Amino acid sequence: MAIGLHDSDFKNPVVRWIDARLPVFTMMQKEYGTFPTPRNFNYFWNFGALAMINLMIMIATGIFLAMHYTPHTTMAFDSVERIMRDVNYGWLLRYVHANGASMFFIVVYIHIWRGLWYGSYKAPRELLWMLGVVIFLLMMATAFMGYVLPWGQMSFWGATVITNLFSAIPLIGPDIVTWLWGGFSVDNPTLNRFYSLHYLLPFVIVGVVFLHVAALHITGSNNPLGIDPKGPQDTIPFHPYYTIKDSVGVVAYLVVFAILVFFMPNYLGHPDNYIPANPLVTPAHIVPEWYFLPYYAILRAVPDKLGGVVLMFASIAVLFVLPWLDTSPVRSMRFRPLAKWFLVLWGICFLVLMWAGGKPAEGTYVAIARVATFYYFLYFLVILPLLGRLERPLSLPESIARPVLRGGGPLPAGAAAQPMEKA
Amino acid sequence: MADTMAQQRGAQHGATSPGDDGEPRRDFLKLVAGSFAAVGVGAMAWPFIASMNPARDVLALSTTEVDLSPIAVGSAVTVVWRGKPVFVRNRTAEEVQAARAAPLSQLPDPQADQARVMRDPWLIVVGICTHLGCVPLGQKPTDPRGDYGGWFCPCHGSHYDTSGRIRKGPAPANLVVPEYAFTSDTQIRIG
Repeated sequence: MAIGLHDSDFKNPVVRWIDARLPVFTMMQKEYGTFPTPRNFNYFWNFGALAMINLMIMIATGIFLAMHYTPHTTMAFDSVERIMRDVNYGWLLRYVHANGASMFFIVVYIHIWRGLWYGSYKAPRELLWMLGVVIFLLMMATAFMGYVLPWGQMSFWGATVITNLFSAIPLIGPDIVTWLWGGFSVDNPTLNRFYSLHYLLPFVIVGVVFLHVAALHITGSNNPLGIDPKGPQDTIPFHPYYTIKDSVGVVAYLVVFAILVFFMPNYLGHPDNYIPANPLVTPAHIVPEWYFLPYYAILRAVPDKLGGVVLMFASIAVLFVLPWLDTSPVRSMRFRPLAKWFLVLWGICFLVLMWAGGKPAEGTYVAIARVATFYYFLYFLVILPLLGRLERPLSLPESIARPVLRGGGPLPAGAAAQPMEKA
Repeated sequence: MADTMAQQRGAQHGATSPGDDGEPRRDFLKLVAGSFAAVGVGAMAWPFIASMNPARDVLALSTTEVDLSPIAVGSAVTVVWRGKPVFVRNRTAEEVQAARAAPLSQLPDPQADQARVMRDPWLIVVGICTHLGCVPLGQKPTDPRGDYGGWFCPCHGSHYDTSGRIRKGPAPANLVVPEYAFTSDTQIRIG
């Protein structure tokens, strides 16, 4: 081996020649081939890979849609209709892209729930978790701006309401809103910059996803027991064990995706967005896309404008400090007899907020949203910090290979403590 | 340890006078270089940031003329100014009366009706809810006008009175009165 070249294990001379100079094959083999992974993943661990696939689907369909879309207030709506009617398979590209956004949020919400339930945000994975929250925020910005592009009524009024959130900032708020708009209302300059940013941000997401995965491959994956692997008997190589398990999940995911695209493509959309934008008439009932409804409900639950905006942003910001709010050293909710019920209730509150956000902002809906908002924050800011001290967790299993099964029964013969050959 | 290293570095650059360890001079250079870099980055960033502010053609469209003669008492029109709807309402005597009768102490954003109009019947306000920017209902005779006979915002339920002042709901401020002038008895220029 010449000095300065990587000592490659690959036999194929072409692969070996490249790998010696740029060890990408060695890296892939290390990170996705032999990468030691806890042996006890359940199907919740599919959702990271599913999110990655979803991101690639969104970028692919988006690039091709951009070849037919016109970002101008007088032409945007018609260009989208042209995509639907005249462009070859334009309907398919657009329905995959639009429903892909919904699928992305479904997948990511389950991915986040997995993190909450199994304590994946705890040391040493705090930064990994925070990068995930950054990805989530970027996704929300990207989805919001994408929804504006068809320039229908919901596009226009959604953009108006959301950009007006910044007018709640004291003193400089109105100037910031004018700057965001590039004018004195949501208009052509706004549409143009949203298009530019909607194209840019997915690639920023790719960058942060890379960091997210890089951080994951330093700490290694969490697992349903929430305990660290203690040796090779606790792990299996990523390939073929989890490539195949992820593939099973991908098939199920694509079935759901296909049902949405081919049988109910407008189910998650809003009919008002098939009316061209009219700056002089606000639709009677403005609602954001379903995945924003919980935050919209929090916004409307507060009777004060600035307070509502602050609380809405705080509902995401609190996730950044979650690793330090949860004071319990036990990761998995399986071993936290109290915390798990509080978390289930939090999950119910999240769904209640999602439901309330789609209802008119009046009467009992607001009252219900207030209760759910209160508990949303109570869980993070009071219950989790206190439970770390008050709760008595169940005893943790010795190792992943020897878990404490329900009823304490033994593992099937031969399954335990067999060191894996590769890992 | 740190002192020794600093002395060595200082000695290498020949920058120290006897008894001076070179650190204050180095700190100063770092501070000046860093400040220049920061100012430079800011100066380069500014054109990018400023390019997102309203362009000259957008600013040029900043006045709108309205002929008031066809607007009957009790009715209203919506005109567009800077891409925003502006409500021009020819109020009835009762509506003016109702606006003036409201005690200021009961208003979330206290402002007398007299301070919001130039000539009694004519109320001119930007038709954008001060909450989150929806267009309130109440321009057409068939629209709901809220509990105070002015406008009602359907998005989040703000009620405005016949002077365009917020009376109930989440909006923090009254409907904005744009800058305008009567160019004749039946003509105004907004902006």
